[in-house]
Amino acid sequence: MIDGVIALYIFMLAAFTGYEVISRVPVILHTPLMSGSNFIHGIVLVGAMVALATADTTLVRVIGFVGVFLAAGNAVGGYVATERMLQMFVSAGKKKGNL
Amino acid sequence: MDFAQSGQTLVQLSYLVAAFLFIVGLKRMSSPVTAVSGIRWAGVGMVLATLVTLVFMHASQLNLILVIVAIAAGGALAWISGKRVAMTDMPQMIALYNGMGGGAAGAIAAVELYSGNEQSVTHLAIAAVGGFIGSVSFSGSLIAFGKLQGLITKSVRFSGQKLVNLAILLVTVGLGFAVVSGSFTGPLAVSLFFGFALLLGIAMTLPIGGADMPVVISLYNALTGLAVGFEGFVLDNAAMIIAGTVVGAAGTLLTQLMAKAMNRSLANVLFANFGESSGAGASTVTGTQKAIEASDAGVMLAFSQKVIVVPGYGMAVAQAQHKVWELCQLLIEHGVQVRFAIHPVAGRMPGHMNVLLAEAGVPYDLISDLDEINAEFDTADVALIIGANDVVNPDARTNKASPIFGMPILSADKAKNVIVVKRGQGQGFSGIDNALFVLDQTRMLYGDAQSAVGQLIQAVKAAG
Repeated sequence: MIDGVIALYIFMLAAFTGYEVISRVPVILHTPLMSGSNFIHGIVLVGAMVALATADTTLVRVIGFVGVFLAAGNAVGGYVATERMLQMFVSAGKKKGNL
Repeated sequence: MDFAQSGQTLVQLSYLVAAFLFIVGLKRMSSPVTAVSGIRWAGVGMVLATLVTLVFMHASQLNLILVIVAIAAGGALAWISGKRVAMTDMPQMIALYNGMGGGAAGAIAAVELYSGNEQSVTHLAIAAVGGFIGSVSFSGSLIAFGKLQGLITKSVRFSGQKLVNLAILLVTVGLGFAVVSGSFTGPLAVSLFFGFALLLGIAMTLPIGGADMPVVISLYNALTGLAVGFEGFVLDNAAMIIAGTVVGAAGTLLTQLMAKAMNRSLANVLFANFGESSGAGASTVTGTQKAIEASDAGVMLAFSQKVIVVPGYGMAVAQAQHKVWELCQLLIEHGVQVRFAIHPVAGRMPGHMNVLLAEAGVPYDLISDLDEINAEFDTADVALIIGANDVVNPDARTNKASPIFGMPILSADKAKNVIVVKRGQGQGFSGIDNALFVLDQTRMLYGDAQSAVGQLIQAVKAAG
């Protein structure tokens, strides 16, 4: 196990990082950013995979399967949605350059 | 160092790299120029962490097959739905994907609690807290999805609802304590715990009106992040701890920014049952709405000096953003100065309108937010409201009885003329009467935004 106090340090530093990174974001990117951060917590996938990998009863297997299924949906859906939205900003930016 | 050990080291290193890529990705997503590369960096991190985990986890053949099938099924469904969904429906898809993440965090907690092989109380407690938050986020996000998708049209409210919700919360917390402390264990206890947590998410979200959904989705996004972070502690997974906590903090800040834009506290959004009272007593709007024909409205627009367009959810629903930009390009050719005014909470999410206008190809420099544009309404000949409602309601400035009193609004009522494109005479999504619609200088153009703007385009062409 990651040592308790060290875990708290990680927690604190990560919280500051999240706060700082977001605080400089223009309003127009709020929706894509929410979607992007939604994608990033899709990393729950690796946890769900490990949980299913160590399953030894049917009940735990079923729950683990559901967990991996949901997590994969979170990660893939979050990515697709975010990329589609951000693509639009690229094309809009290029059009602006041409004007 | 044997193979298993070096494998674990490799896994940990890949998580470190993934966490780094996530933070760099988020950072790059904070500017329009680098945003697309941001999500790709983060995506590389995700693929790396997933592949390395898959290779080095010690799974039986059956479990390995199950993992791969579950990833393929969940990934394929999300890929197809994410690619196919219309841009306007993105907010509910984000709610859905977010709910899935919360559900996954809940499932990890359930595996820990059901299998009961965790020795330390601290571990169990962290797993339970993460599972609780994840479950609330899961069921709550699904309700938010249902509401935005139009599957759930009523906001369920009854007297004593807050007490009922409080009771559900207390029962859930009590069950959690019992499970963690070992005084009430076994599958039944764990099932009850999760059942009540899921119920709480549903009960919390059902009474919240559709207009508040952006804030709620953002809150659940932050909660899912937190839940993932907690489960990361349980699983000793640094990538989950860092990514989850970063999202938890970022999401909390984003939620506050949104609530602030509506001039309300988060507690107010969650517990005030917004829109509840507006049906009866609070409505003080008197006067009649005056209709206008598209041909007259088109002439008015074509001979204006300056037009400010205020898009809202109605434009999104009707997919009218391309038509709106076509109309504006036409007006610009006529020498009209055109600006877009975006309220921070227009649509169903902050920035929702910006995404749609970007899709239609509107240049950034024509788009202004509340602070930049509000002084300019005084000099505008026409404020063209397309499917927006609460964000231009002057009651928010003047009528203390209005549920949205105090919310910063776009001062469309200061323009010399106001044209409102609206589907019908009824109230908007929040159920609040709009004082703007009955002002002397306001004319209503009824119809679906797509067809109404289409008629305006014809009218402007005919006028010019």
